[in-house]
Amino acid sequence: MLEKLIYFLITAVILLVIALLHVAYLTYAERKIIARMQQRLGPNRVGPRGLLQPIADMLKLLTKEDLVPYGVDKPIFYIAPFISLVCAGTGVALIPLWEKFVISNINVGLLFILALSSLSAYGVILSGWASNSRYAFLGGLRASAQVISYEIAMSLALLSVVLMAGSLNLMDIVKAQINSPYKIYLIPQIIAFYVFIISAIAECNRVPFDLPEAETELVAGYFVEYSAMRFAIFYLAEYFGMVVMSALAVTCFLGGWVGPFEVPYVPFFWFLIKLYFLLFVYIWVRATLPRYRYDQLMGLGWKVLIPVGIINLFLTALLKLIF
Amino acid sequence: MATYLEINKKQVNEEKWEEPFYLNMGPQHPSTHGVLRLFLELEGETIVNCTPIIGYLHRGVEKLAETLNYNQTIVLSDRLDYIASAANNTAFALAFEKLMGLEVPRRAKLLRTIVCEMARICNHLLWLATHALDIGAMTVFLYCFRDREWLLNIYEKICGARLTHTYVRVGGVRQDFTQEIIDELYKFTEEFPSRIYDYETLIDVNRIWLKRTKGVAVVPAEDAINLGLTGPVLRGSGVPYDVRKFRPYDAYGEVEFIVPTGKNGDTYDRYRVRMEELRQSNRIIRQCLDKLPETQGEPVVAENAPDLLMPEKIRKPEPKPVPKKGVIFKGEEIPVVPPGEAFASIESPKGELAVYVVSDGSNKPWRLRVRTPSFVHISAIPYMAKNHLIADLIAIIGTLDIVLGDSDR
Repeated sequence: MLEKLIYFLITAVILLVIALLHVAYLTYAERKIIARMQQRLGPNRVGPRGLLQPIADMLKLLTKEDLVPYGVDKPIFYIAPFISLVCAGTGVALIPLWEKFVISNINVGLLFILALSSLSAYGVILSGWASNSRYAFLGGLRASAQVISYEIAMSLALLSVVLMAGSLNLMDIVKAQINSPYKIYLIPQIIAFYVFIISAIAECNRVPFDLPEAETELVAGYFVEYSAMRFAIFYLAEYFGMVVMSALAVTCFLGGWVGPFEVPYVPFFWFLIKLYFLLFVYIWVRATLPRYRYDQLMGLGWKVLIPVGIINLFLTALLKLIF
Repeated sequence: MATYLEINKKQVNEEKWEEPFYLNMGPQHPSTHGVLRLFLELEGETIVNCTPIIGYLHRGVEKLAETLNYNQTIVLSDRLDYIASAANNTAFALAFEKLMGLEVPRRAKLLRTIVCEMARICNHLLWLATHALDIGAMTVFLYCFRDREWLLNIYEKICGARLTHTYVRVGGVRQDFTQEIIDELYKFTEEFPSRIYDYETLIDVNRIWLKRTKGVAVVPAEDAINLGLTGPVLRGSGVPYDVRKFRPYDAYGEVEFIVPTGKNGDTYDRYRVRMEELRQSNRIIRQCLDKLPETQGEPVVAENAPDLLMPEKIRKPEPKPVPKKGVIFKGEEIPVVPPGEAFASIESPKGELAVYVVSDGSNKPWRLRVRTPSFVHISAIPYMAKNHLIADLIAIIGTLDIVLGDSDR
């Protein structure tokens, strides 16, 4: 029992450190890649090629003064960023990185991740509410509307996968993919994959759906009043969300750790390659697209994504019934 | 101002009063293009009322001009619309020349036309950059700045300054172009049309961009005229009014160009008009460059123009011959201007920029009045923003292309 607990703790810490490193260097990668796309250099002062920039940023934000504006709802103001971070970060524990490496292999893994991502919206909404600022308030309202609408589309997309795999356990979903004739669910579920990716971008509040924090409209949206480490925690949560959503897409649509050939000693090589590709897509989209307007965003969610998701779900069910 | 900002409570029923959601946007806001302050009355995210408040960048240019002589006033004009200062310089210079009855040499006219069109390109590039950034397209911003940088470097070679040129002077321009500048400009005009194409491929085929701009802030032609809009904003509504065509000044009479107009008067049409203007400006620069060799060797300042750079004071012990080099501004020695009044208007990149000057016979303007396009355009914001969303308001500010230095003076 104790051995099991220690093993569990060690793996959890290792995974957390790896995930945090990924998140930290995701910010670096984003800045570098976007810089290259926009014909500039990006961070290149701290360390060779600016490689230590994320660490410098973190140190800077840790040592800054933690400002609390007048009139905020203090307990909620303090706790909101942590709600975001915990809900976004916990999902990592459920993702099977490899056949033999998953911290928490629970039967309703998919549901659990969906529940967590819905909960992380609470951080956004509460921070917007507690900040006692009108911009933050508008950002919080936008976030709640957006997360609710896109949650449905995302669940519908994932439900088709669940129908095909016949399980909510993420490990089982990957195994079902390996045993299926397609090897990955991307081929039969291409529509669901598109719906999922678009909803995931919206769920993470990224361009072109970054309305809750629309910099040019609401200054910074829900975290406009935050400073220092609490501000950084919101960023961490956003990037954690990206990583978890991409990992979920890899698990549900791209066949998890399976690749065309096995790489010795690095069993999760293919998982990481697929993950990095999806993260690159996030960054790529950010450098390319303008921002949607609020009503257009809602229109896209309710009039396009949800009907498409429902039709896809029915088709999947029908085909499953026939064959 | 207090009456403007009175917070109005609305009666819901007999006892209850409800306060609408007010939002104070600016003067410190990332996308109000300077220090514009907008007081919004919102219903959800829809704008019910919008009150623009200006004056945060007031420097009293018109009053200051009364204490400076004519040539020094040109320096003030740089600070009006600091994105296209060559155009402001030209407007001031044209008014003063009318007042003094100066005949500008042809070469100076060509050079002025070139710098004015360069200013137009600079301005439209900055406009496109910030407009796209406001709507959320980040990459266009940096692409535009890359090309604007090229033009600013050419400006630096022309007159030493990048933003506040003071290159256009009363009676002509400060100095002639060198061959290096002409070569660089030729290179620019060769390259630039492909760059415009680059921007268009980035945003013009983008569905989100079209959704955000088409049908947003529609201004019918009649309303546009009534609101006093000028420049690309007016032409976007389909009114082909361009001072360069109607009252040609400088060398605009001898160059060919088209005045592009839109149809629907929405944000997208205004965007198209400006993109087309970039091409036309490029064409005008090219034509002027081709004409420059015809006027090789002509002076660039009118003969009897007041000289800003006064000769050094002759020292008693060793009298020098009248030196070419000068350092000191000396207002008193500038010839006295006949009393009278003059009006000149030009097509500045943002709209019609007009200068009205009255002289009482001294060497300083008695009164100087500037009609700046941004000021008038800001007054159109409440009309355009009504019943639009906050996100559209940002697009409206972008599409009007306002600069607060221009508006507040």
